[in-house]
Amino acid sequence: MYVAVKGGEKAIANAHRWLDEERRGDRSVAALSIKQITEQMALAVSRVMAEGSLYDPELAGLALKQSRGDLIEAIFLIRAYRTTLPRFGTSSPIDTSAMQCKRRISATFKDIPGGQILGPTFDYTHRLLDFKLMADGEVPEAEQDEPSQSSMPHILELLNKDDLIQKECDDDNTANDLTREPLTLPVNRATRLQALARGDEGFLLGLGYSTQRGFARNHAFVGELRIGFVTVEMDIPELGFSIDLGMIEITECETVNQFQGSKSEPAQFTRGYGLVLGQQERKGIAMALVDRALRWQELGEDYLGAPAQDEEFVLSHCDNIQATGFIEHIKLPHYVDFQSELELVRQLRRDAALSKEASEKAAD
Amino acid sequence: MDRKSWLSLMAKSSSQDIKAFWQSAELNCAAETIRMPEIGSVMVRGRQGGNGATFHLGEMSVTRCSIKTDDGIIGHGYHQGRSKETAELVAKIDALAQGDQFQTVNDKIFIPLSNIVVEKRQKLAAKAAATKVDFFTMVRGEDG
Repeated sequence: MYVAVKGGEKAIANAHRWLDEERRGDRSVAALSIKQITEQMALAVSRVMAEGSLYDPELAGLALKQSRGDLIEAIFLIRAYRTTLPRFGTSSPIDTSAMQCKRRISATFKDIPGGQILGPTFDYTHRLLDFKLMADGEVPEAEQDEPSQSSMPHILELLNKDDLIQKECDDDNTANDLTREPLTLPVNRATRLQALARGDEGFLLGLGYSTQRGFARNHAFVGELRIGFVTVEMDIPELGFSIDLGMIEITECETVNQFQGSKSEPAQFTRGYGLVLGQQERKGIAMALVDRALRWQELGEDYLGAPAQDEEFVLSHCDNIQATGFIEHIKLPHYVDFQSELELVRQLRRDAALSKEASEKAAD
Repeated sequence: MDRKSWLSLMAKSSSQDIKAFWQSAELNCAAETIRMPEIGSVMVRGRQGGNGATFHLGEMSVTRCSIKTDDGIIGHGYHQGRSKETAELVAKIDALAQGDQFQTVNDKIFIPLSNIVVEKRQKLAAKAAATKVDFFTMVRGEDG
């Protein structure tokens, strides 16, 4: 039984005031501006937008400042804010093949139309601390080159003339919206992808890794990974036509996975898909691996009891706001509750002692 | 430029740029607000595998506003982000562009804004092009 407790108002107010002071830190050091955070901590901002499930770099920057850099606390703030916004509508599906790419690579196909574009990547850096960044050094502008005129089509589609890669079907049945309806299992792939897109990066990273290590192994390669900007378009009823509402940065990952064929499907390459708000490459790849593992039923594969195949396990635990809410609530006052537990344990001990005494007497 | 294009252009342009070109255009728009500036969200949809069935990716913030000029022209403003001031300004510009001020609006606001969009896109493409890799196969590993 839960019983409310009262009191502590002054302590709470003072604790929050102290928090404000700690957040500010040493006052002789300049305070961070939101612009500094959005410009220079852009990948943290991306993560807060993706898992907060709201694309707004400025708000994500504010959330990061308020949370003192605690990503999950920042995501919590964004989720809370998000619920206060009226929903104007639902966009047309974004066209990722029309993306203005910053980065676009394939681990499986060497020569691709449009080329392999590395973009601003950490790959091939030596992971040595750069002490120049401790000094206030300015950096030169990025190199520029004549862009090729060719478009950048999705690689998997281009190479799918022989049907060796599974086709995506465009059945367009209505996707559930987890922000409107609670998760009820089983779900379709659309709902899974929404849950994964806002799911915790660390959780998906671990699960994705588990599939590579042999828990429902499905031999994934990155068919294509692209990061860049797409326009978001929506029908506007009062206008009677659709307009672009803005541009968002997204990360898209398509994996190709070896597939031996099953009772229902021929041998072919199958696919996993990752799509995330912002520049979130690690999350995009992990999401694609987990998406692929969750598709075992549709592909007629065996259920091997692997965590990444277990839809209920994955979807019920991938949301870090739900998880942190339940994990962290156990630190809040449960005094009355615990008192009754304590009384119960004492009673059990008394009963045990009495019955021990009784049985010893009987033995005599 | 048609209405769809200019509304799309302004929705994606920065508040700063819109305001700057509006001021330098020295236009006036006497209008009443028929829908107060309102911050809201739009659910962005993606496609499974990039081209399959749709799913909900996440939301983005958008601000909208509608005005009616003294001449009776209705202007709608949509703008990415949370600037109420910009959404209202976009609505005013939309109304002016539908009337006899189109040429001025086009020359002083739409063209400079679209130049910025083109410039940004070209710069991104040029930087990307400089990181384009040409892989050469060295010696193909043979089994055994």
